[in-house]
Amino acid sequence: MAEMRMRDALREAMREEMLRDPDIFLMGEDIGAYGGSYAVTKGLLEEFGEERVRDTPIAESGIVGAGIGAAMGGMHPMVEMMTINFSFLALDQIVNSAAKLHHMSNGQISVPLVIRMASGGGSQLAATHSHSLEGLYAHFPGLKVVCPSNPADAKGLLKRAFRDQNTVIFIEHTANYSVKGEVPDDPDFLVEFGQANILREGSDVTIVGYSGSVHQAMRAATMLQEQEDLSAEVIDLRTLRPLDMETVINSVKKTNRCVIVEDDWKFGGFAGELSAQVMEQAFDYLDAPVARVSCKDVPLPYNRNLEFAALPSEEDVVEAVLAML
Amino acid sequence: MAFEVTMPQMGADMTEGTLVRWFKQVGEHVNRGEILAEIETDKANVELEAFEAGTVLKHVVAEGEVVPVGEIIALLGEAAEQVGDVERKPPAEAPGRRKVEPDGPAAASPAGVATAGSAAATPAAPGPNGVAANGRVRISPVAKRIASQAGLDITSLKGSGPDGRILRRDVEAAIAAPKPAAVPPTPPGAIAEVPRQAPPPARPEAAPAAPVTSPAQGLSKIRQAIARRMTLSKQTQPHYYLTLDIDMTAAMKFREQLNSSASEAQRVSVNDLVVKACAIALERHPKFNAEFGDNGLVMHDRINIDIGIALDEGLIAPAILDCGTKSLGRIATESKDLVERAKTGHLRADEYSEGTFTITNLGAYGVETLIGIINPPQAAILGVGSVMDQPVVRDGQVVPAKVMKVALSADHRVTDGAEGARFIKEIQGLLENPVSLAL
Repeated sequence: MAEMRMRDALREAMREEMLRDPDIFLMGEDIGAYGGSYAVTKGLLEEFGEERVRDTPIAESGIVGAGIGAAMGGMHPMVEMMTINFSFLALDQIVNSAAKLHHMSNGQISVPLVIRMASGGGSQLAATHSHSLEGLYAHFPGLKVVCPSNPADAKGLLKRAFRDQNTVIFIEHTANYSVKGEVPDDPDFLVEFGQANILREGSDVTIVGYSGSVHQAMRAATMLQEQEDLSAEVIDLRTLRPLDMETVINSVKKTNRCVIVEDDWKFGGFAGELSAQVMEQAFDYLDAPVARVSCKDVPLPYNRNLEFAALPSEEDVVEAVLAML
Repeated sequence: MAFEVTMPQMGADMTEGTLVRWFKQVGEHVNRGEILAEIETDKANVELEAFEAGTVLKHVVAEGEVVPVGEIIALLGEAAEQVGDVERKPPAEAPGRRKVEPDGPAAASPAGVATAGSAAATPAAPGPNGVAANGRVRISPVAKRIASQAGLDITSLKGSGPDGRILRRDVEAAIAAPKPAAVPPTPPGAIAEVPRQAPPPARPEAAPAAPVTSPAQGLSKIRQAIARRMTLSKQTQPHYYLTLDIDMTAAMKFREQLNSSASEAQRVSVNDLVVKACAIALERHPKFNAEFGDNGLVMHDRINIDIGIALDEGLIAPAILDCGTKSLGRIATESKDLVERAKTGHLRADEYSEGTFTITNLGAYGVETLIGIINPPQAAILGVGSVMDQPVVRDGQVVPAKVMKVALSADHRVTDGAEGARFIKEIQGLLENPVSLAL
């Protein structure tokens, strides 16, 4: 075990997997010579060379398209979208090609492609550069959607992604890059997809988060304990596709209350899906309507105060919990 | 632009008030500070001042209506201004609660219906027992399932959740509770004292499981308030009692001297002497001018002494404010004014909500000893009996004297008996050497 930041854990995952599997190579804007916009791929060009760490033109559709082609041809590429906001330009490649080819070829073609994207608001990057699109990608069958909240999960999940025969959308909240944690150095350390993690056990309410919102959920749980003497169970979903509803449902059956926290907008967002599934599978166990704590229904403001007012906070989570008692 | 006048909160435990009378009719102009209406609360009738000048555009609430705190009762504005229909606000919610949308179309105030004084326009408020206005029982799925398994009739349950929803804890409390025996009628609002402290706990609480029968008939608001507050006192404040004889011979002579030249308004009563003595004693023994709070003792800077006044409707105890800084003469003048206004129902909000200590005196009825119940959340009350001619032994001689029995009831969480003894001895010393009261 070693303590490291999430960005270092991600680099370790790629490095170890590239050493293990010669079919793995990386493509993206500024990932080579510059070391990545968030310094995730720093040093990999020097270690693995230009054949395996490729700087690309600014052309997201082309980057993903080339990745899909290489994957179809037997390689296992990782392509990086500098931020998730630019993946809109590659949406047709991702949704219409990567997610569909296996099905439309009756299983003859696989697209084992890892697409990493930096996501989330809170950095004063304004409305067009602050999206949280985990829920959007989870909407499409044919994609796996992974969104770690801490360094150990980041490493185990990314290594697991390189061993999958499907396209994996691997979303990294920018606020998590500097989160520190203990990370196993076992080269075969993997975190399985579809296994939510109970970060904190509790009996009064279940708080579900993923990606960046896990941290709001954890802080809210601490506040609830200290200020209200309430015991909150916090669940980190870790992957949205596949989704581990079993852990969520078992928790809700115990606590009878559920609050879902996400950075995304509430309207049509992933929390709505989760809320509906809780209602479908645990209706007779609910003591209150499922609550969603989400981003305010506006394009995210640039102004720092307004941005924080729009994003969900731990206080919002506490308030949502108190409102259901 | 029209602005709203809402039912004010006068006193921390006020949840609703009755609009007794409008002093300003629609179309009349009202200046800032002028009396707009008279409001009846649990404790007194209070005059509501206008906070802004303007013309009365609308009385949203008619005389005689009972209105929750915070609800709009009138609109003021420019004389020529047109106002639309007023959507009557639902009652103010407990702190820490997020507003939950009431369901069903009954919740929306349809335009045109919410005319002034129309009670029908009130949003569908949840009834007791989790029953919404449309007759549907508000109950959470898990509560319903457990109730059904236990064979409980959900219409007999009382909901403690948002909008009166019956929650799991309510059902579990009902299952755990013994079968309801005949329950004495509970005045409405009698259990309203506790929840305003903090959001209710998530864990099952000792909710009354027995169905609450219909609101008591014929109990005035003042009677309900007395019942609630005295029960709260006796249930939460462990009392100890100390009694003492005070030789009032010198005090009665002193009073006679003072009153011989005083006008009617300045005449000093025995009770005024006791108030002044207590004010001085409270300064020297501040723990009797305190209250027991969740986080320790709350010491009050002001000495506001409540005096018990018997009205036909019941007992009321408004305060003479800032007794610590007032002379005996001023206390005498103000106490007469206070009694007068209490009898006509014209007390101010701070006079019945800011008291820090209480004196209750039945001397005028010839009562020898009166042991009071502490007026919560205060720390003590002094019961005062009649001044009686009695033989006392002074310097080995039996001599006639004027003797008054006093009884201190004090909250044992705040003080101990020895502290009480020092406090009551202080009062005794002051009254037996009355010149100190004139300082």
